[in-house]
Amino acid sequence: MKMLINSPETVVADALRGMAAAHPELDVDVERRVVVRRNARAGGRVGVVSGGGSGHEPLHAGFVGYGMLSAACPGEVFTSPVPDQMLRAAEAVDSGQGVLFVVKNYTGDVLNFEMAAELAEEDGLRVERVLVNDDVAVTDSLYTAGRRGTGATLFVEKIAGAAAEEGAPLERVAALARRVNESSRSFGVALSACTTPAKGSPTFDLPDGELELGVGIHGEPGRERRAMMPAREIAEITVGAVLEELGQAGPADGPVLALVNGMGATPLLELYGFHAEVARVLEARGVPVARTLVGNYVTSLDMAGCSVTLCRADEELLRLWDAPVQTAALRWGR
Amino acid sequence: MRDADFFRRWMAAAAAAVEQEADRLTELDSPIGDADHGSNMLRGFIAVRAALDAEAPATPGAVLQLAGRTLISTVGGASGPLYGTLLRRTGKELGEAAEVSDDELCKALYAGVGAVALLGGAAPGDKTMLDALVPGVAALNTSYRAAGDAADNGAQATVPMLARKGRASYLGERSIGHQDPGATSSALLLGALADVADASGGQR
Repeated sequence: MKMLINSPETVVADALRGMAAAHPELDVDVERRVVVRRNARAGGRVGVVSGGGSGHEPLHAGFVGYGMLSAACPGEVFTSPVPDQMLRAAEAVDSGQGVLFVVKNYTGDVLNFEMAAELAEEDGLRVERVLVNDDVAVTDSLYTAGRRGTGATLFVEKIAGAAAEEGAPLERVAALARRVNESSRSFGVALSACTTPAKGSPTFDLPDGELELGVGIHGEPGRERRAMMPAREIAEITVGAVLEELGQAGPADGPVLALVNGMGATPLLELYGFHAEVARVLEARGVPVARTLVGNYVTSLDMAGCSVTLCRADEELLRLWDAPVQTAALRWGR
Repeated sequence: MRDADFFRRWMAAAAAAVEQEADRLTELDSPIGDADHGSNMLRGFIAVRAALDAEAPATPGAVLQLAGRTLISTVGGASGPLYGTLLRRTGKELGEAAEVSDDELCKALYAGVGAVALLGGAAPGDKTMLDALVPGVAALNTSYRAAGDAADNGAQATVPMLARKGRASYLGERSIGHQDPGATSSALLLGALADVADASGGQR
């Protein structure tokens, strides 16, 4: 397997050095692995901090900036960051208004953020946490670690960041973040496995002519393997699964925000073609789409495939979604 | 009685075992996880070795607490907090004594394993590190070697289990047929303890 890297050991640090060089508006601490919005404390705002394993770029560091994250902590590839990183990020962005940790529901992320929150509170910081768990492929949470956090993380980070930018207090920012999570569901499919730099070969074997339904974002196999099918059938399955869990029966339930997300190795040509089918299915089911985002946002290294995330959006969530944002990977209205 | 040096040798042996088995741990983590358990544990134990060389804590409790803190600060994922908690809690239980008895170590490890179960919300049978740690610590009443062997058997017994915690749980039925990497590294930890106890000649 060929990769554009120096070595598996330095891949995260090298990427952060590149990010620092490309984005002088960010404070990138390569050694301690924290990316902070410049002058994060100056605004007297609530700090919004997220983090997780590397390999999901632009999540999360690509979303640090005006109107979104105050800081992000990238871990090793597919490995949650450690509490020291999160604590450092919280301290770097806290202006006395408190800090919201946006945590994807994976055991490692949950445990490390939990420890970081305890340490931060011991240091006198006010910390709230929101757990993102939108993936409908994991159903029976009694017998699993619970639904995974995937595409909805982007919605949560954007809307919480917009509320913080407006000067909303910590409790309000946290409540909005939780509302976005509860209003969002996702479903992913893989056309290929991904290859971690450390292992150097695909994490599972997916033959030509087959696809995995219900995958997460760590190269883990999904729930079911089927023969490859046209985009229009994949759209029926993914959108159907999301709507079912979202409890969205039709236009009466209001419009949705839609994210058609590439897993890293799917060209935009395919993603837009797939989105055409997603839009068709939503229209056929009478679900109005208020805003759409198509692109690679919550990725899984070089995995081919996509996920669909829908969020039931009321007027307030729509207004915050439309609010200006200026980050490395997401930018509008400013 | 066991002094700080015994615990330093335990951690050094654990680091050596992780070093030797890192590729195997990663291989086990590949079908049901994300293929990095070996490299994550290796990063952590290399840091533990460096921390113990730099600080040289004077008591058994301090050795384990420093090792645990170091794992939490360097490993990441679920393994960092879980292994860190195991060693930190065990170290706390040992208190500030300069030497501890085998019975005190046994009791402290029992508390450490309890803290892991509480933090991870798991129980034996969930296909996690507890499936090696719980039988391992139970057998510690007999001998260190028995503990190492019981942990190893416990790790192998995870093969037919359905994962209910951690990332493997997302695979449901497809997690069956693979040995749990966390249980395997836990068996390495208790195996290293048995090796060090054997080498010090102090069979309990």
